[in-house]
Amino acid sequence: MAAYVIRRLLASLLILLAATFLMYTLVSLSGDPLSEFTQVSDPDQKALLIQGRIDALNLDQPFIVQYFTWLGGAVGCIVPGMACDLGVNLNNQPVTALLADAFPTTLQLVLAATVLSIILGVSIGIISAIRQYSAFDYTITFVAFLFFSLPIFWVAVLLKEFGAIRINNWLSEPSVTIPVAFVMGAFSALFFSAIIGGTRKRRVLVGAVAAAGGVAVFMLLVASGWFTNPGMGPGLVTIGALAGAVGATLLFTNLENRRVLFISLATAVVGVVIAYSATPLLEDPSWLTLFGLGFLATGIGVGIAAIFGDIDRAAAIRASIVTSVLLGLLVFMDKTISSFAAYSEAVNGRPIATIGSKTPNFEGTFWETTLDTMTHLALPTIAIMLISFAGYSRYSRASMLEVMNADYVRTARAKGLTERTVVLRHAFRNAMIPIATLAALDFGAVIGGAIITETVFGWKGMGVLFTSALNKFDTNQIMGVFIVTAVAVLIFNLIADISYAILDPRIRLT
Amino acid sequence: MSLANSAMEPGLSNDPEREFTIEARTQVQMVRSSFFRHRGAMIGLGALVFVVVIAYTSIGFWGIPGWWGLDFSSTGTLVNEGKPTLDLIPWLDGDGLSIGAHPFGQDNIGRDYFALTMRGTQVSLMVAFVIGILSTFIGTVAGAISGYYGGKSEAVIMRFTDLLLTIPLLIVAAVVGNGFGDSGPFFLAVVISLLIWTSLARLVRGEFLSLREKEFVEAARAMGASSTRIIFRHMLPNAIGTIIVSATLTIAAAILIEAALSYLGYGVRAPDTSLGLLISTYQTAFSTRPWLFWYPGIFIVVIALSVNFIGDGLRDAFDPRQTRVRA
Repeated sequence: MAAYVIRRLLASLLILLAATFLMYTLVSLSGDPLSEFTQVSDPDQKALLIQGRIDALNLDQPFIVQYFTWLGGAVGCIVPGMACDLGVNLNNQPVTALLADAFPTTLQLVLAATVLSIILGVSIGIISAIRQYSAFDYTITFVAFLFFSLPIFWVAVLLKEFGAIRINNWLSEPSVTIPVAFVMGAFSALFFSAIIGGTRKRRVLVGAVAAAGGVAVFMLLVASGWFTNPGMGPGLVTIGALAGAVGATLLFTNLENRRVLFISLATAVVGVVIAYSATPLLEDPSWLTLFGLGFLATGIGVGIAAIFGDIDRAAAIRASIVTSVLLGLLVFMDKTISSFAAYSEAVNGRPIATIGSKTPNFEGTFWETTLDTMTHLALPTIAIMLISFAGYSRYSRASMLEVMNADYVRTARAKGLTERTVVLRHAFRNAMIPIATLAALDFGAVIGGAIITETVFGWKGMGVLFTSALNKFDTNQIMGVFIVTAVAVLIFNLIADISYAILDPRIRLT
Repeated sequence: MSLANSAMEPGLSNDPEREFTIEARTQVQMVRSSFFRHRGAMIGLGALVFVVVIAYTSIGFWGIPGWWGLDFSSTGTLVNEGKPTLDLIPWLDGDGLSIGAHPFGQDNIGRDYFALTMRGTQVSLMVAFVIGILSTFIGTVAGAISGYYGGKSEAVIMRFTDLLLTIPLLIVAAVVGNGFGDSGPFFLAVVISLLIWTSLARLVRGEFLSLREKEFVEAARAMGASSTRIIFRHMLPNAIGTIIVSATLTIAAAILIEAALSYLGYGVRAPDTSLGLLISTYQTAFSTRPWLFWYPGIFIVVIALSVNFIGDGLRDAFDPRQTRVRA
């Protein structure tokens, strides 16, 4: 394995070298960095500017020399110990500083979207595969095809109009009008009838009840003023945590296993007690405080599971970890939503943002800042998710179908295992192997593809660096963006191949 | 006895004692009948043919005039503030079904938007099909050579595909489009084809690696067939399913890539137009003149969706394990 990794790394370095040379050639051939000075009218100033730029970027030397100068600095980024110098851009700013600013922004943009689309896409794909040829399957396949064919910039502008402007207008004065009620009812009906499934009569019935129930709950929320001052409160959080505990038990064993069930419930209760007794600590915490509390709750849960687990210890530990993670998420959401009223006032009543990664000069508690980040992330994440999730659901459906028709699944069923065990313990794990590889490859590629999303939503990330450099034919900045993207692709390709070998014991790395 | 013999000859019926005739079908016939039973693919095919016919016949191309009187670059006065005159719902206005003078409306300087959208569709379709066909050709040849010959040629081609995979497509296409965009959309299409043939090459190589060990290849070689003949006459027809499906999906992806590039400004340039360029030009007008934004987007979605469905239908048709007919 180590020999393979080293060999791949060396091959990747060679490929990177060739790729940088190709790219440098293309960029140099595509335009003239001095072209922006053709507009300058004063001939003396023009000559001065041109000479200045030639000196700064060695433009009078042959192209090969320029490339090797750049390469000399770039090598320092990979070899530890040497200074990393990717040159300066046309405004004399060092490219490494610009990249260091822009890369985390891009990462923030794509990370949330990719992780969420993987989780959502894979779950929907698996359910679709289990219920092959049902109405759910056909609908999801059509929806996946539709979203796959959407151009992201078109979707982004539509989202800005309907997702942000209209919703902001509605939030400033929440009222239940006919179209809003209709949309709520339709969503609720579709969601519940899709989950519950079954014969057509049952689905229609469930849909009707869900529609009525959904509209009723929505009208109640609007009437109680929940949308102006939202929050979940300890009651709802506790109920959610207990439900999560039950779900975690269902996931790892079945409900008849009282021991694991009680351990998960106990973990949930302990977590809620810790969260709400530490309220003064949670007024304006730092990430350290939050993680500390989280680890405390998880640790206590795991401890309970380890002590009282007995023969079910493994399942109990897993269930309690899942429960405490869920509980942590619920408390986090509760606190963040509770700060909505103050936040909305601070941004003049337009909470959902369309431009940029955060509100400039915003001062607030930790929760308000988090809410700020989240509202700015909301639209780009939805835009990217719509398209990514379609791909993942198709692939995981195909992979799951292949596994479900395999011989070992048939054997597992013949042995008498419950359907849930067959699906979760045997089929799911094997179906996830190609998905893991796909996710690793996708991560690498998505950083390069974020250019469009950043342009539409005005995020100051690598995409904007790239487009502004391209417009002025700024070689060093373009090469900077390129090398970061290329290195990310190469690393993730390597991770994909290695993870495939780790997860699938039939693969031997040659 | 007679059963075995007559089953070999397509179209011949068996002896009259049997209740039904047995006809052997060729691969083309099987694929075609399976494809025509796929409802989604048929709808997609119909929609695509409709869009192509309308786009090319309405305003004409290459100097051949079309049946739509207006040109996409001639300005004019704004009729009805440039709003669309397309009337598909007869009972709302009481005017009945009508197309009107400007069914898709007009832009802010009075150009007919239907002609503009059709021109954009023409360019986008041309770019997408060129990319699909050219990249399929390159990918097939590369995959066939590396799969059949193996050894050094395979190593060279595979390392070259690794190199191309490292370079992000959008970035390189943007650089090329930015620098050489004035050479026209065809040049852009050729450049993009040179970058995206890699996945098809890998698929074809995989197919050829497994086909190479089959007996009919050995038999052909024993009879003295040249390598070229074996590749094109014997192995390629067996791999054609994967190739065709990949080609269709490449066309669908190419539409979206071209739209994205034109949106960023690195694809098709003014005065010519493409669907992505139309969207980027009029995106700020969405709140005041939404029709300028809706129509190009709808056309992109319809084309990409139809091609995707056709590809899905073809994939199901070529899959020998597919037994149940999908919707």
